[in-house]
Amino acid sequence: MLSGGAFDEIWGAGGPGHVRPEFAALGRWLDETPPAEFGRRLEAAEATFRQLGITFAVYGDADAAERIIPFDIVPRVFTANEWAGLSDGLVQRVGAINAFLDDIYGEREILRAGVLPPDLIFQNPQFRPEIAGARPPHGIWAHICGIDCVRTGPDEFYVLEDNARTPSGVSYMLENREAMIRLCPELFREFRVAAVDSYPDMLLETMRSVAPSGAGQSPVCVVLTPGHFNSAYYEHSFLADSMGVELVEAADLVVDDDIVWMRTIGGRVKVDVIYRRIDDDYLDPLVFRPDSLLGVPGLISAYRAGNVALINAPGNGIADDKAIYSYMPEIVRFYSGADAKLPNVQTFRCREPVALKYVLDHLGELVVKLVDGSGGYGMLVGPTASRAEIEEFRAALIAAPERYIAQPTLALSTVPTVTEAGLAPRHVDFRPFVLTGRNFTRVVPGGLTRVALKEGSLVVNSSQGGGTKDSFVLMPDAPGGPGQSQAQTQGQER
Amino acid sequence: MLSRTASSLYWLGRYIERADFAARLVEATIRLDALSPSPAGVAAWRSALSVTYSDKAFAATEREVTAASVTRFLTTDTGNHGSIAACLDQARNNAKAVRTALTRDAWTAINRAWLIFNARGRPASTMAPLTLVEAVKAETRGFEGATHWMMRNQATWFIRLGAAIERADNTARLLDVKYHLLLPKGEQVGGTVDRDQWTTILQVVSAVTAYRWMYSEGLKPSLVIDLLTTRFELPRSLAGSVEEVVEVMTLLGKRTGLHGEADRMARARLTTMQRTRSHDVIVKGLHQYLNAFIRENELLHAAIARQFRFT
Repeated sequence: MLSGGAFDEIWGAGGPGHVRPEFAALGRWLDETPPAEFGRRLEAAEATFRQLGITFAVYGDADAAERIIPFDIVPRVFTANEWAGLSDGLVQRVGAINAFLDDIYGEREILRAGVLPPDLIFQNPQFRPEIAGARPPHGIWAHICGIDCVRTGPDEFYVLEDNARTPSGVSYMLENREAMIRLCPELFREFRVAAVDSYPDMLLETMRSVAPSGAGQSPVCVVLTPGHFNSAYYEHSFLADSMGVELVEAADLVVDDDIVWMRTIGGRVKVDVIYRRIDDDYLDPLVFRPDSLLGVPGLISAYRAGNVALINAPGNGIADDKAIYSYMPEIVRFYSGADAKLPNVQTFRCREPVALKYVLDHLGELVVKLVDGSGGYGMLVGPTASRAEIEEFRAALIAAPERYIAQPTLALSTVPTVTEAGLAPRHVDFRPFVLTGRNFTRVVPGGLTRVALKEGSLVVNSSQGGGTKDSFVLMPDAPGGPGQSQAQTQGQER
Repeated sequence: MLSRTASSLYWLGRYIERADFAARLVEATIRLDALSPSPAGVAAWRSALSVTYSDKAFAATEREVTAASVTRFLTTDTGNHGSIAACLDQARNNAKAVRTALTRDAWTAINRAWLIFNARGRPASTMAPLTLVEAVKAETRGFEGATHWMMRNQATWFIRLGAAIERADNTARLLDVKYHLLLPKGEQVGGTVDRDQWTTILQVVSAVTAYRWMYSEGLKPSLVIDLLTTRFELPRSLAGSVEEVVEVMTLLGKRTGLHGEADRMARARLTTMQRTRSHDVIVKGLHQYLNAFIRENELLHAAIARQFRFT
């Protein structure tokens, strides 16, 4: 779609051969490393990933039941300044998401103030009335957020999507870094890259900080997985392993008298904090889907009784819903009293007549999405759509405008990527991870860069041929430079 | 430790041991086949099937018993539950379920062994059988080495416990097959083929040199039986496996404070073993003795599963 002319993270606006001044060293490295050497290192990386079993399962694809996500060796790099700006915005946004969730399942002041139309909440399938009135321990809802961002120019970062339920990908952030240190050690001599390997410690600290008050000095923390057939199982086990906590399946847990226990060889052990990687729907068959075999009967009752912390809290889906997304700037302003530092992608709510008129007049330039759609379904990509598709969407929009939003097609930034024809720009997005504990919100200095490996493609999704890259966050070199104290984490203590 | 984790670790130990045993068996049978005139060669392959209790499953494939068909059945055939490929698959599934309890080294060792059979296009199927079993043995040794450097805690002990229970079973079955393995017509007990068969059995358990060290006499069936049943010095002997089970259960009990029926059974078996003389075993009937041992081993397995609440 939009390839030529996009801003390149390394090459800037000048195209190949015109490296941004900050990245002169990286440019030399790209020039001086023979293409065949890139190929050899990529093969080595692939062999390592396969040997470690860093795979994701593709459902319904017997031949490729276990695939490796393609890895690219050219990193995406953030300068210290870029990172400081981005992480400020992320901390602010996640703070607002937490305040919003606490409010919407509690006092609902934001509705009383008229900032959001109430039907957007109450008629939203992501709103969980089962949870209303149940406050998670210490009022933290979204402990782990993955905020998907895109960049379109030197100073233009946008949030594309908030993931406040169970965002995945952090194991790739860590493994990609491991691979880079082994394959391209020379880059780390050239650049001072902030370390990401403290993530598991930060996560455990986050979990322990939100343990229910009755948990005692050493709260028992576990990671709850649907099992080893789940596509993200590698990540689940990786995280449990690196935190030194048990990786449990639902069958390992039993709820008795509103207390959660796990079955061990020595009998039952009380569980205080659960990092659950199971969706709300499958969490507790007594409250959500009764047909689910993945869930733990009675878990929500124990949660309501305040005996266990669930990470992330159930009901969070209302905060990362597409319809709510369009109100994020207002939500941030309502709770933080300031404008959002990280803007949304411009979004037209078709429920509003003025917006609807604009959308109908510009269908050929816009991306139109169903508010409750996902995975590319119920979507119109104007610039590549046929006349018939456009007319079909026009009719649907006029019939039920409240079901749609529309956004301009973005010129996503690119990063040089190893291709068969040598280095070439490929579009990327970026998922940083934000952790919120009892008294802090922190951004890990790094994240997951996803890259669309097909020329010109904007699809970075792993199941559709997307790959990953390491994401370098450079340490500030100048004394007293921005974020001098952010060696390990960035963010604010609350 | 989660009960499910304990169970998976235990089965992981069993399946790795089983894969290793199958590899050794194939290797030894190839040798026996090569050393013998052809009728004995086929008998060797038949015996390999009966040691692994897979003669019926093989018959169901309606293939003829040949070196090639049985080798394939015992190594790469995933339709055979006892094949090396199937054992490694099971081992890896268990390892995956308990990845958090394994070190990266231990996991990679299992995954590497599994990849030999499951890498794209299954190159293993074109590897020469001897190269293949060598590779499997090397990888299982790698896994044992890796577990040796895991923390000395429950995780390691459950793996070792499963391996020891499995090893006891394998050695008993291996010895028992000599009872079923008929000598070709015209061959004498104590003749060349008979000797080859006993040597092969020693070879399966890597005990040819051990035999020379232990006994000054030449190869005698009664001494091979002695070595493989009551000699504690040989890790793969019945006595060695029985002792290993008790050692591991003692360590587990110390750490977890969990003692029970399985401990009592394991100790009782050890005491009996210490009093057992191989001469008496032979006089009373090796086949009967081995069958009783295998049954007792199964009962002990069931008691372990109960004691640690395996799910």
